[in-house]
Amino acid sequence: MITELEMGKGESELELGLGLSLGGGTGAKIGGKSGGGAWGERGRLLTAKDFPSVGSKRAADSSSHAGSSPPRSSQVVGWPPIGSHRMNSLVNNQATKSAREEEEAGKKKVNDDHQQPKDVTKKVNGKVQLGFIKVNMDGVAIGRKVDLNAHSSYENLAQTLEDMFFRTNPGTIGLTGQFTKPLRLLDGSSEFVLTYEDKEGDWMLVGDVPWRMFITSVKRLRVMKTSEANGLAARHQEPKERQRNQPA
Amino acid sequence: MNYFPEEVIEHVFNFIASHRDRNSISLVCKSWHKIERFCRKKVFIGNCYAINPERLIRRFPCLKSLTLKGKPHFADFNLVPYEWGGFVHPWIEALSSSHVGLEELRLKRMVVTDESLDLLSRSFPNFKSLVLVSCEGFTTDGLASIASNCRHLRELDLQENEIDDHRGQWLNCFPDSCTTLTSLNFACLKGETNVAALERLVARSPNLKTLKLNRAVPLDALARLMSCAPQLVDLGVGSYENEPDPESFRKLMAAIQKCSSLRSLSGFLEAAPLCLPAFYPVCQNLISLNLSYAAEIRGNHLIKLIQLCKRLQRLWILDSIGDKGLVVVAATCKELQELRVFPSDLHGEEDNNNAAVTEVGLVAISAGCPKLHSILYFCKQMTNAALITVAKNCPNFIRFRLCILEPHKPDHITSQSLDEGFGAIVQACKGLRRLSVSGLLNDQVFLYIGMYAEELEMLSIAFAGETDKGMLYVLNGCKKLRKLEIRDSPFGNAALLADVHKYETMRSLWMSSCEVTLGGCKRLAQNSPRLNVEIINESESNRMERNEEDERDKVDKLYLYRTVVGTRKDAPPYVRIL
Repeated sequence: MITELEMGKGESELELGLGLSLGGGTGAKIGGKSGGGAWGERGRLLTAKDFPSVGSKRAADSSSHAGSSPPRSSQVVGWPPIGSHRMNSLVNNQATKSAREEEEAGKKKVNDDHQQPKDVTKKVNGKVQLGFIKVNMDGVAIGRKVDLNAHSSYENLAQTLEDMFFRTNPGTIGLTGQFTKPLRLLDGSSEFVLTYEDKEGDWMLVGDVPWRMFITSVKRLRVMKTSEANGLAARHQEPKERQRNQPA
Repeated sequence: MNYFPEEVIEHVFNFIASHRDRNSISLVCKSWHKIERFCRKKVFIGNCYAINPERLIRRFPCLKSLTLKGKPHFADFNLVPYEWGGFVHPWIEALSSSHVGLEELRLKRMVVTDESLDLLSRSFPNFKSLVLVSCEGFTTDGLASIASNCRHLRELDLQENEIDDHRGQWLNCFPDSCTTLTSLNFACLKGETNVAALERLVARSPNLKTLKLNRAVPLDALARLMSCAPQLVDLGVGSYENEPDPESFRKLMAAIQKCSSLRSLSGFLEAAPLCLPAFYPVCQNLISLNLSYAAEIRGNHLIKLIQLCKRLQRLWILDSIGDKGLVVVAATCKELQELRVFPSDLHGEEDNNNAAVTEVGLVAISAGCPKLHSILYFCKQMTNAALITVAKNCPNFIRFRLCILEPHKPDHITSQSLDEGFGAIVQACKGLRRLSVSGLLNDQVFLYIGMYAEELEMLSIAFAGETDKGMLYVLNGCKKLRKLEIRDSPFGNAALLADVHKYETMRSLWMSSCEVTLGGCKRLAQNSPRLNVEIINESESNRMERNEEDERDKVDKLYLYRTVVGTRKDAPPYVRIL
């Protein structure tokens, strides 16, 4: 069931752990679990500290950084400091542009597409209207926002989500005695899965549809326990059956 | 001592508009305090948790206009989690049940609900003006309440809010008797707009001066709207056709010709450049131009437009203008006072730097625009030499915000830190009130800031500094500092705790991903009853699990602010108030 989420791209470095229960992760819920949760890791927003080539030892060896490749500014959370409204607009434009370019490139290959360029643009404009969408993880009260347009595939997205929620602060590792092994989000081998709510309000498993279709229909993401998501998969299995054969 | 009757004093006070001056007046003596209280019409509250609505109303019963700010500035960049706070509802409730005749409400970074908007619309018969900036939590249903119930509405200004667009008929909710609108801005709405309702509304609003449309208002509608509102001063254009038909274009041109009062242009949210020439006739009168959302307008189209805007005082654009474009701005816009250059490409897809701006553009602007006093500049690279030149050319900066996109990036020619460059800026610009620094920076820059930035009120620091000394230089030196926000910099407890009383002279301090620990924050809170010290840690379950806290734990986010009303009660569980 969940194995159908396999992306088939052989991303061995994909390490995404999901450790969340449903319900927005209120305190009461967490307290209800025995011992305080199935995971004890501290998620943390990416900051420059995650990029040791740039983060530490600033002044001392500033010149030595010339060799290392610095992180792209878009990989650091909340950086560059552009308001989210503006950021959404920006990424929408970029997505529209690249989608339009892709469509036109595809058009050249497929001769039976008779649409005018203008129509393609409009269609793309109508569809690609997203930017930051909310991500909630069970067990974490603090929701996040992730910029879908900054990602090109499910693996990308999964990596970002892992970084967001599971990168341990080096100072606190070992405090809880637990460190989650890298969990595979998308192939179903972990105890957590990534789900999303689409435009109709249905909750689906992520990975069933081609990426481009996914990003036009996703409204928000939620990471939930596999056990709870099992029902979800079963519910939506048949309608999705056909789509599963399409490349992700 | 009063030698005049109270009425006379009150009359004199009414000429004093600035809230800072008003605050000063009220401190002179008890009698002035009392007089001032009862004639204060406008109140500005920079942090909604510094005071509560009950005390506000008690002190200023004749209040007509209230400005409230909620979340800290870094909330704009997704650094503040949801439900942190900033709820406007308690304020509206309190005002509603009092006798305050509220006429104007301006909110920034607050959570506003449809319920709040509905209550607002029903509670104040003379309500005239609603301005919401960077707010969230409401939908177009809330707007419908405002439209339906506020009989005397003049201004509805929605700037960069997150609004759930139910694609309802909120524009239809303005009754036919509503003819008082002077300002309508719904550019941030993402959904369809009832264009017919909009046209009718504009047609019956002869005083409409500001109109800012969203994406959904197409070109032909724009032409009709402008035809019935030739008195417009400030226009925000929605979307544009890629290739308009000649008839539409002609109509638009005819409409624009009549708009001789137009002084400010913005939007072009989904614009293709081919329609720009229709706007050429108004360019010579423009004092404000905001093309920062117009990703499609670039290159020669943009240059041609700018070359006509000789009276421009304010320009917001994308960095696709390039250094060459900025040289044109410098040559053309001699009246320029404020410039903002935003990044257009975040993912490094365009490796050719023709699309970006560099220190060259900045220097050109500083040399060409003698009246420049405010700048926000996103760029890929900078040099000390350029900053020193800019400082010499423009000693009049009051706002200088430079954002080099890559954290820790040094002077790209000398590979040194940019301390000297920023040092030159603060030394030359004696009136500097707001500063944002970036690039590779040591403690030295903060020494300069502490020494020279005597008027500095707001400082933003990211990925900078070396030791606690950096932060200490600033706290000790900048006497007028009100807001300090720091992220990803190595400042810790020693700096935080050196002068706790300093924070009572400031509005707020934000520190995220720095070196301050839980223990340090606790010590700070212990000595400061008039400060709220809030800690936001990322993982709630982590916090609940551990029975003993480790005071050596670093705090993810610290936000502290002065307050006269103690701990707030509406904080979510992951915000800990010490």
